[in-house]
Amino acid sequence: MTRRTVLYDAHLQAGARMVDFGGWEMPLHYGSQIEEHHAVRRDCGMFDVSHMCAVDIIGPGARPFLQRLLANDVARLAQPGKALYSAMLNPSGGVIDDLIVYFFDSAHYRIVVNAAAADKDLAWMAARLAEWGMDMTITPRRELGMIAVQGPSARERAWQALPQCRAASAELQPFFAVPVDDLLVARTGYTGEDGFEITLPTQYAPALWQALLEAGVRPCGLGARDTLRLEAGMNLYGQDMDESVSPLDAGMGWSVNLDGTRDFVGKTALIENGQHSRLLGLVLLERGVLRTQQNVITAHGAGIITSGTFSPSLQQAIALARLPMAVATGETVEVEIRDRRHAARVVRPPFVRHGKILV
Amino acid sequence: MSIPATLKYTPSHEWVRLEADGSITVGITDHAQALLGDMVFIELPTVGKSAAAEEQVAVVESVKAASDIYAPVAGVVTEANQNLADAPERVNEDAYAAWLFKMQPASVADVDGLLDAAGYASEIGA
Repeated sequence: MTRRTVLYDAHLQAGARMVDFGGWEMPLHYGSQIEEHHAVRRDCGMFDVSHMCAVDIIGPGARPFLQRLLANDVARLAQPGKALYSAMLNPSGGVIDDLIVYFFDSAHYRIVVNAAAADKDLAWMAARLAEWGMDMTITPRRELGMIAVQGPSARERAWQALPQCRAASAELQPFFAVPVDDLLVARTGYTGEDGFEITLPTQYAPALWQALLEAGVRPCGLGARDTLRLEAGMNLYGQDMDESVSPLDAGMGWSVNLDGTRDFVGKTALIENGQHSRLLGLVLLERGVLRTQQNVITAHGAGIITSGTFSPSLQQAIALARLPMAVATGETVEVEIRDRRHAARVVRPPFVRHGKILV
Repeated sequence: MSIPATLKYTPSHEWVRLEADGSITVGITDHAQALLGDMVFIELPTVGKSAAAEEQVAVVESVKAASDIYAPVAGVVTEANQNLADAPERVNEDAYAAWLFKMQPASVADVDGLLDAAGYASEIGA
């Protein structure tokens, strides 16, 4: 039985082709995913991300709990509203999920986890809490919906639809959030463009969706979300990493904080195992499309594509690939597509940020 | 969903037009292009290639997925639509105008054995 978000009817009304995504019936596109992609890079688009799960971590034990649970250190969060990207690891150092933590105060954090991993994450967190016994609660906020408005004109359009949020969020810096009445307005996203992710009680979500439509914001589906995040060099859980992959091998080393004496789940394994691969970008130099699980042949050994697609911005196929450590950017490698080998150039992601091609 | 009555079809979503000279023109159906979404790459067959019926001869790739294209009947590929190499989106714009390749069938009678429009419609539940 697939689940539906509160915006299901709005998607059908906008002509969405719906697909099963992690147990949720979500829009793949509303006609053309390439046009939706360009709308976000050039103007503005919106995504229903209500399938993602917000979880409140509240109580005096919240901070020590998250410091032990997550590979990144929430102690780095000092200003209210600041957000932090982190992996949640298993004891062998594999990635259970990747998530965003929002800091409100030292006894109140909110984390947002992936839809398909939410049930697993909640069970894992509940078990760790039972084991460690901190004084705090874990509360999934399924009554909250989430709409991401992304693109160079996203903030202006969002303020048109939500004039009451303009004053509070006009000076909001990237990777910060601010509560406005029942809403949480965060300057975050998964596209490489400016914009907001707006969390709100589900009953208000259809009205906000409608107001954004009237402000000229284009509905965008999971198809465009995938090409946008890949161009932005952002990982997708289940594809670029999972429980069998170390965050160090998945290009997430920047979000792993091994400093000092802080212990966290998976730290010992990460230190013992070290890093064996690098997650780098590929640009296909010939016609064709790069796809996940295609083999990569390099001068330093074999690699594999973890995410591949046709980039609407570059008009070329691009990929994230797990490659041997010795592979350097600028090198040419070969990718096996069906029965032939095709040349590709190794680049450092992101491919595109803020509408600009960077590779 | 458009399914012209003048064409023949395969269960793997190719459309086939029998020409006056006994050759066939092959493309993918409107239903198939809608399922695949925005087309970004087409690997056309080599002219002169001999293919058995249902042998894979081409590949169409949308942003979403790659999909094999099969020879509807046995025969030899006589022409490939190179115009699509630079403009694969034409398949989305008009699937029945954007043909992929032409074949000389080993037996024209094989073409009669393909699905008609009503047969294809019931195949896709239209």
